[in-house]
Amino acid sequence: MPPSTSSEKRPNAPTAGKSGGRSGDTTGGQADGAASDPVQIRIRGINKTFGPQHVLRGVDLDIDRGKINIVIGGSGQGKSVLMKHLMGLLKPDSGQILVDGEDIVPMNDRQLGELRRKFGMVFQYAALFDSQNVVENIAFPLIERYHLSREEIMTRVRDLLKRLDLAHVGGIEQKFPAELSGGQRKRVGLARALIDRPQILLYDEPTTGLDPVATKNVDDMILQASRDFGVTSVVISHDMASTFRIADKISMLYDGKILVTGTPAELLRSQHAPLREFIDMAGLGHGDEDQATPSAEPRR
Amino acid sequence: MAEASIDTTPRRRALAIGGLLAAPARSIFGFFGDHTLMLFHAFAWLLRRPFRLRLFLEQMEFVGVGSLPIIILVGFFSGAVSAQQTIRALEIFGQEHYVGATVGLSLALELAPVFTALMITARAGSGMATELGSMRITEQIDALTTFAVNPTQYLITPRVVASIIMMPIMTMVFNIIGLFGAYLYSIYLKQIDVGAFLYYFRYMTDPSDYLQGGVKSAVFGAALSLAACYQGFNVRGGAKEVGLATTRAVVAGSVAVLVLDYFLSDMLATFFPYRS
Repeated sequence: MPPSTSSEKRPNAPTAGKSGGRSGDTTGGQADGAASDPVQIRIRGINKTFGPQHVLRGVDLDIDRGKINIVIGGSGQGKSVLMKHLMGLLKPDSGQILVDGEDIVPMNDRQLGELRRKFGMVFQYAALFDSQNVVENIAFPLIERYHLSREEIMTRVRDLLKRLDLAHVGGIEQKFPAELSGGQRKRVGLARALIDRPQILLYDEPTTGLDPVATKNVDDMILQASRDFGVTSVVISHDMASTFRIADKISMLYDGKILVTGTPAELLRSQHAPLREFIDMAGLGHGDEDQATPSAEPRR
Repeated sequence: MAEASIDTTPRRRALAIGGLLAAPARSIFGFFGDHTLMLFHAFAWLLRRPFRLRLFLEQMEFVGVGSLPIIILVGFFSGAVSAQQTIRALEIFGQEHYVGATVGLSLALELAPVFTALMITARAGSGMATELGSMRITEQIDALTTFAVNPTQYLITPRVVASIIMMPIMTMVFNIIGLFGAYLYSIYLKQIDVGAFLYYFRYMTDPSDYLQGGVKSAVFGAALSLAACYQGFNVRGGAKEVGLATTRAVVAGSVAVLVLDYFLSDMLATFFPYRS
């Protein structure tokens, strides 16, 4: 399949310094056909091996547009490997990954570079650049991709800081990552991922290592990004409480395949043994289903 | 269920033994191959847009300006101690006025390039390995890739190029300061005649000696930065592995400098024959 058309290539090209981010802005440049498709990413039968280790064994998965899609699974099941495939950071041994209808597997580096403009990624520990302050970190994608004036960049950075509840932190613009709290780092990481108005946001285990209050804050952050910026969210997680709090759709990766996919309520009723074990261990078992089901619907 | 059996046929055993014997060779070739590829990629990315001048200047500042105090300190005492030992030896023959020429030549050809490279390996090389290693384990390098920024172009190329540019400059600084140390020691502590010191220095040394030192130091710059970048860039694990990578970077960089020095001296002697 040929590379995308020019209108698709730069869906997020900055416009006159207006800090976008309203729902719908991020998909403004897409081809109508792709934008109307409720499934933004289709993964079909991907296999991936590392030496003797067969990590992904024919994964089939649909990522719904504008929704919070969460992939759960135990440690070492290949969740992070799957996520890296979505951005083309890894290539599968076989199978297809269709992003807005385009197969990204045969793409070369230049085409993948264009594709990655559709994506933003929030890393487990934010992965902020130590040598750069908050403004430089957030502005990094803009500086690297476009020739914008300093004023334009600052306008967009400040708007994001305000919208992500970071503007009130005194002197945050000039702070370095080492001076920020864990939660602030995650928000700055999110701001960096959002600054170029991506269509798809990937979160790699965003609540790992956080206390319950911080976990709740990160959940709110993901909900806010999804609601306010209209992005498709893909979250890799093994935090079941958090997953059932925010997910629109949950898929479980088990033994290199997607074992089950559904809404939180559907998954609570599922009888798949590995999933039940996950749910029961998280204290969301059968006995709690009546109570858990209503709260399992996404809070919007 | 089928029982797993171990194939003990002579052919299989011979293959296993052959594999074991070949493993070190494979490892050594892999090591040099990886370094060569990294160097090739670093230069290939130098020619491709975007050109981030700021990154090159930052690295030049780190490798060069940042190393200046240690280079001045080591250079001064290396020159002085070199003069001290040379005078001790030449005194036996009553030829101590040759000290300027001897120290000047040894600084230009060997001491300045090698000592500067070792100092920069210890200071800047270890810094590079630690920084890149930390960036690797905290996923900062992965983050670069997600922004469609090539990590080799962004991280490796500026460090290698900056080292190649700054090493000859720092070597020249070492030469000047070293000679100054030798001058002070010889003239003020050993009462060597100033005229003789300067005359024999000018008579025996030649710009081509400094050119040889400059060529050596540029190659050392490439080697030490490559060793540091390779170790840092390929860290897997946590803080402990970053520490180990830093140690390996300093050891590999220092060994590379000393081994290359031998071969470069031999090679450069062919291009710059001794003047009779």
